[in-house]
Amino acid sequence: MLGELNELLGASPQRPGTGKFTLLRDTRTDGSFLVHHFLSFYLKAGCKVCFVALLQSFSHYNIVAQKLGVSLTAARERGQLVFLEGLKSCLDLLFGEKEPSGDPSPLQFLSGSTSNLKALFDFVRTSLTPAEGDSWQGPVLLVDDLSVLLSLGASPVAVLDFIHYCRVVVCSQLQGNIVVLVHSGEDGADEENELLGTALGHHSDLILWAEGLATGFCKDIHGEIKIIKRLSLQSTEQDVVQVYQYKIQEKNVTFFARGLSAAVL
Amino acid sequence: MAARGAGAGTTAGTAAAGGPATSFQRKAAAGGSRLSALPGTRPSARHGQLLLSSGLPSLDAVLGGGLAVGTLLLIEEDKYAVYSNLLFKYFLAEGVVCGHDLFVASAMEPPDNILKKLPAPLLDDAHRNELREEATPAKSEDSQDSMKIAWRYENLPKMEASPTTSTKFGHYYDISKTMSPELLQSIKRHSFYLPEELSLEPKLKTWNMNCGYASLLHSIQRVICQEGFDGSHPQKKQKNILRIGIQSMGSLLWGDDICSSDTPEDIHSLTKFLYVLRGLLRKSLSACIITVPSHLIQNKAIMERVTNLSDMVVGLESFIGSERETNPLYKDYHGLLHVHQIPRLNSLICDVSDTKDLAFRLKRKQFTIERLHLPPDLSDTVSRSSKQDLAESAKLLSSGCGAMAIGKKHLDF
Repeated sequence: MLGELNELLGASPQRPGTGKFTLLRDTRTDGSFLVHHFLSFYLKAGCKVCFVALLQSFSHYNIVAQKLGVSLTAARERGQLVFLEGLKSCLDLLFGEKEPSGDPSPLQFLSGSTSNLKALFDFVRTSLTPAEGDSWQGPVLLVDDLSVLLSLGASPVAVLDFIHYCRVVVCSQLQGNIVVLVHSGEDGADEENELLGTALGHHSDLILWAEGLATGFCKDIHGEIKIIKRLSLQSTEQDVVQVYQYKIQEKNVTFFARGLSAAVL
Repeated sequence: MAARGAGAGTTAGTAAAGGPATSFQRKAAAGGSRLSALPGTRPSARHGQLLLSSGLPSLDAVLGGGLAVGTLLLIEEDKYAVYSNLLFKYFLAEGVVCGHDLFVASAMEPPDNILKKLPAPLLDDAHRNELREEATPAKSEDSQDSMKIAWRYENLPKMEASPTTSTKFGHYYDISKTMSPELLQSIKRHSFYLPEELSLEPKLKTWNMNCGYASLLHSIQRVICQEGFDGSHPQKKQKNILRIGIQSMGSLLWGDDICSSDTPEDIHSLTKFLYVLRGLLRKSLSACIITVPSHLIQNKAIMERVTNLSDMVVGLESFIGSERETNPLYKDYHGLLHVHQIPRLNSLICDVSDTKDLAFRLKRKQFTIERLHLPPDLSDTVSRSSKQDLAESAKLLSSGCGAMAIGKKHLDF
């Protein structure tokens, strides 16, 4: 996990929090470092994590997590991590033989037989419902890239329904946390994606928005991150907004105030 | 010049690559050293994956060393697909020279015709003759004598300023000649020509996806399984790489209407195809190049999604037919190259090149990608006229009003 980001958020692995919905957004840049951070953070905190990884392969996340101090293979073996690898299971769905066990694939919506994401939700629910003898801190759902679901044919309403059901089960019933990533491209021309991002933003407790610099590419500053903490969903208090710039390194990400990059000072 | 300056890095990399070379390989054979012995590959120092050459050493440098095994390179075609077809052919030619297997898919022309027109590699003896013609006598004398003035640099390794095929990674090609058929016979190739495939098989409606894309996916999966690229035949002695090339995806010839209408019927076919294709690539020893006529796609959301689902995205913008063709600022080049995306594989960071202004040009025999250099301003009024005036006068010149253009430059005294 990224120590500096923990300080900025005021979080620590000893107190992972309960019932929080965190939205990660990235525009014009790659915000996957945030996903890696939360994955290793919650694993270190001892939570049971269900990771729906739609964009990359297991070994990619494993190698990066090792750099951040966590082993995903070990976590998976001891039952702390349930990993859904989208790239692999879509191949099983398309090319595999019909399963006699009758367990539908989580990505059932791809075959076009149903238009909702119920199978995916059932997968999440069964993996995070605490079994007998489980001593994990609390369930966490992590989704790498909801925008991929849109590209694969799910409608924005279906994705929002899925997230809503997950919130009810994970955040309210099981007192866990949810972290999802929504990725936007250069121009923001994908309206369905923007719709998804804005709708989820209204329901989030914490929004981390990573953006590329408006002035273009810079070698020393890789982007700007906006941290929006929603104090209360009921009252009309203003959200707390903090803006930092960051630079990504091999095993770490450094954050600094705008204009105070080490290259400039 | 596009010298293999990373020579030192390569030797260090191969020496250190005793451990697991590919992390994408699911059923990895024991012994990473066997994997690094695959022809035409070298391990990357950044992320430990095996890298393939794209056939163009200057493009390899832009992509951070090469194309990683298991990834997808998407090329956004230029206006008349002139230069993207060149890159496509370079990729396949590199596969032939390295001995990889090829899979060529096209809806436009039969893959055998594409393979007949690959550029010929610059081999040692043919090139040495050229070198002898071009090198001046003074140069060869200098290299033999010990250095008298720059004696401190005597012991440094000599930079390869000209291409030789002693490097196993990255070759140079001569576009003016076609590859000999003997070279082509030595490799195994698979082809997919859409009109033939659709007439053979009945239309399979898979996943509400376009039939052409669905049958292409099945075909690729069949080749990967049967030839053992996914490690399903452990008793096979020599592992090899499969290079997949797909031409003009998304165009009308594939039965997809995203290029021809503002509100296409099915906007998800191409993205679903790319997703499954990347799944297939990740679990096998293969790499893929796809060209997409993105300038025809009106719906920008589709290109955003396509970019998100690909690993590397490179866009070509040629000057043919545009006003830049005659603009003296760009007189040395034939087009611009935009790198839209470089993947971060197994790491938080990626090797992004510092130069964002890249241009390409097609010389008599070679295609190179270089940093865009503006030419020196050698006009008479160099102190007074700005670049904008120069460009304006160039516009006027190109439209045929020569006298007026000169008049505009010398208006002020």
